[in-house]
Amino acid sequence: MTGEDQRSHVLVEIGVHLILLVAVSFALYPVLWVVSLALSPGDAPEPSVLPIPTAPSLTHFSAVVSTTNSEGALLFWRQLTNSLLISLATAAVAIGIATPAAYALARFEFVGAKAGTRTLLATQMFPGVAAAIPLYLLLNVANLLDTRTGLILVYATSAVPFAIFQLRGAFEGIPKELEEAAMVDGATRFGAFVRVVLPAARPALAITALFAFMTAWNEFILAATFLTSEDMYTLPIVLQRYMGEYDAQWGAFAAGSILVSLPVMALFYLLQKNLVGGLTSGGVKG
Amino acid sequence: MRRLLQLALAALLLSPMARVHAQERVEVWHAYRGQEEEGLRRAAETFMQANGDLRIVLVAQPFGAYASKLESAIPTGNGPDLFIDTHDRIASYVSAGLVLPAELPDVPAFEARIEETHRAAFTVDGVLRGYPLSLKGAALYVNLDLVEGEVVALEDLEDLDLPADTFGLAMEAESAYWTSGLFAAYGAGLINAEGGWGLGTEGAAAGLTQLLGLVERGVIPAESDGALVNRLFAGGRAATAISGPWLAADLPEGLRWRVQPLPIVEGAGGEPMRPYVTVEGAYIAERSSSPEGARRFASFLMLGPGAVIRAQAARQVVTDRDAWTSLEDDAFLQGFRAAAARGTVTPTHPHMRMAYVPADRAIRKALVGTATVSEALAEGAHRFADVTRPLPDPVDSTWGMFFLGLLLFLGLAWSIKRLRDAELREAIRRSVPAYRYVAHAVLAVGLLVILPLAVGGATSFYAGHGTDMYFVGVANYLDILSARGGDLLGHGSFWLVLVVTVLWTVLNITLHLAIGVALALLLHRPYLRFKGVYRVLLILPWAVPNYVTALAWKGMFHLQYGAVNTILVELGFEPVSWFSSWITAFSANLATNVWLGFPFMMVVTLGALTSIPKDVYEAAAVDGANAWQRFRLITFPLLGPFLAPAVIMGSVWTFNMFNVIYLVSGGEPDGGTEILVSEAYRWAFTRGNQYGYAAAYAVLIFGILYLSTRVLAGRKEAGAR
Repeated sequence: MTGEDQRSHVLVEIGVHLILLVAVSFALYPVLWVVSLALSPGDAPEPSVLPIPTAPSLTHFSAVVSTTNSEGALLFWRQLTNSLLISLATAAVAIGIATPAAYALARFEFVGAKAGTRTLLATQMFPGVAAAIPLYLLLNVANLLDTRTGLILVYATSAVPFAIFQLRGAFEGIPKELEEAAMVDGATRFGAFVRVVLPAARPALAITALFAFMTAWNEFILAATFLTSEDMYTLPIVLQRYMGEYDAQWGAFAAGSILVSLPVMALFYLLQKNLVGGLTSGGVKG
Repeated sequence: MRRLLQLALAALLLSPMARVHAQERVEVWHAYRGQEEEGLRRAAETFMQANGDLRIVLVAQPFGAYASKLESAIPTGNGPDLFIDTHDRIASYVSAGLVLPAELPDVPAFEARIEETHRAAFTVDGVLRGYPLSLKGAALYVNLDLVEGEVVALEDLEDLDLPADTFGLAMEAESAYWTSGLFAAYGAGLINAEGGWGLGTEGAAAGLTQLLGLVERGVIPAESDGALVNRLFAGGRAATAISGPWLAADLPEGLRWRVQPLPIVEGAGGEPMRPYVTVEGAYIAERSSSPEGARRFASFLMLGPGAVIRAQAARQVVTDRDAWTSLEDDAFLQGFRAAAARGTVTPTHPHMRMAYVPADRAIRKALVGTATVSEALAEGAHRFADVTRPLPDPVDSTWGMFFLGLLLFLGLAWSIKRLRDAELREAIRRSVPAYRYVAHAVLAVGLLVILPLAVGGATSFYAGHGTDMYFVGVANYLDILSARGGDLLGHGSFWLVLVVTVLWTVLNITLHLAIGVALALLLHRPYLRFKGVYRVLLILPWAVPNYVTALAWKGMFHLQYGAVNTILVELGFEPVSWFSSWITAFSANLATNVWLGFPFMMVVTLGALTSIPKDVYEAAAVDGANAWQRFRLITFPLLGPFLAPAVIMGSVWTFNMFNVIYLVSGGEPDGGTEILVSEAYRWAFTRGNQYGYAAAYAVLIFGILYLSTRVLAGRKEAGAR
């Protein structure tokens, strides 16, 4: 490499880093405002260019964490537990329902496959606003209002269509020969699916689970409608409680938001390798 | 399968067991926070000490979902025994059959201690339907270091001798609620006695003109919201402020202030400003399992020791006259009480709640200067007429039944005909192994996704307010598609909103793709340092719930303290009023959603890039292709098949991206940045709960998306052949 080439190479590298730094500041700036608001003791941000709290304090965080119910029990931890249980179960149930169906769509030709895929895609297009009241009545009949089970079922099924697309794309990317080899060795079709295909699709499974987890973790309209006792609330409802008719407790809202976001951020961090390979969204063709 | 069963079982076990009834349980719903919640809790404790047979269970509800939750929970028997809400929803609560009559143990005491207007607020057709508890309204906070003595007239605030950068009056001038006092001084209300538009009078125009003058002369800050009012008054930068009791909690120790009723308006012949006052009360819920217990607790809150506890602990302006004998030295509460006594009790006409948005928008237009006072108010009248238009006439539902029957019959006939086909029967038999894999998904999605959506879609053939609906056939669709009889591309028409929605979707997806692909290409460079760090930080917008970041963005576009304007001013530009013109408001929404959406495209592209073999590039490099040619001729065509599904999915999500529109611009200016799904939401929740009409919007949205994706997919297939 000549000196000139090397210099231009260095310049390009600097340029790349500059662009990435600009993009990162764009991505971080609003989030830092939320952090700054959460750490400022007042309820309104100070006008400044850099989101740095003038007198940082943790009062909002401790206020959010230490709310109690009428019996004096700490509510936040109970609600965090609710959110975690509901979201984890949603991910598990959604994966459980979607995986075999996605496998069938990827590997078998069957009557109704095409119509079914179209219907799945169609469910993503219907604004959810219309379904809230019928769902309420359905859960009421099943006696599942104000229960975690009811919410898990609703969240999991609403996450299934996207999960099927995701996983179908992933399964299609796994060579058929792998299963065929296993079947030659005496495995049943289902055995080959469980022992060969699923391990190979692990990144996609992880990402699909993450998506289902997030569906449940961030949802509040259905949760606020179906849950009627504070012990059952999920964290997004708790956040909504800081927004009143005339005034909002911005500091507490921001602090709560950060606490709500941390687990998802942690999952993204842990799964980032899978995220790149696992997000095929390959199957959305109907 | 067995795993699944175990999981379902575990989930079932985690849900609570049937509650144990020891005492009689009275469940009370409220949307209080902070000291009001604490005050109610103390009142309940005191009540339970004296009434050992009852257990009061307080449940705090999020304000945003309160009314719709009551509407769905009470008729199905899942509601509370007692709930606390303002009086101005009483008409819809009574017509939906949500509340039982209030019964009083001691009528003479009630009549002697509760004022006639407050009793009347809870009386529908001669029947008392709620227990008036407390008054909510505006008062004038006065900074004693900046103003001496009583503020008598609104005009006096113009002549104050104030330091630079200090306003005479901090108030939310663009909100119809907070300016209602000024309009009332001029004899105008948001609605008139018949429920028609009330701001069409000369008085209303005079009031708005005076308000405009106050903003133009810098007495009142432009574009202020609640947070700005708080901050200006708390920071000593406003001589007075119009606000509610909650402001007191935000005021610092050193500030010297007091509360008085709103001043008189000399321009209106010395009439006082009479702001809307809402009366909060306790309602006994229909289907309550303990209506007697609930009534006892409600009476305790209204006239018993509960009133004094609420005044002292919750700082509420209680309705019970006798409670005030112990509160004579409480200047703060007395100030709010005097202010409320001057106010106007909010009308209970069902049109009242539908008048706020048109009125807000008219006031904002006039204050921002995009319309004259009379134009703005006339437009407000149109918007109001639009949302309160009479509902379509009922249609004999036998026609609906007939078409449904016909449809079912044709469907059945078609299926039977197809099943006779031997080839198809054979194909179905061969499909049975596959059906074993999909059966549970079909069942779950069919029952919990498709059935509710279909039922929701079917309500589009019904009209009415709330759950009180009747069959109207396709009247909702005709109404929407004909732009409610107005100009087809006129304000708020389906077609205009569709144009905005399509523009919104196309611009978003283009920017998501451009930014996402560009960043992915940069991150995909071999030997890039800090690759992992960049990647994690760039995914961050995706990991934070979007309703949080949408609100953060809204704050960043705030006129006075938003970060975007602060940066503009630092750079030497004028601050921009982001939500007062269409293009800036639309850009604010766009910036927010681009920020939310680019990480998804970036990650999809990164995944796709790893699957492009490296030797293709090497070959191209040998052939002398430069970087741009390599991208255009190799990378982009190879990315296409990976990106196409992501683009389809992303378009569908963006088309229905309700949160960003609702939380960032809120449709401002004047509903211009609404998209179809946010229109649907408005019809369902802020325009008299017209669920059927909203459902028709939802079905139309679905139809548009379904047809356009079919057309796109058809094109792709044709192209592939």
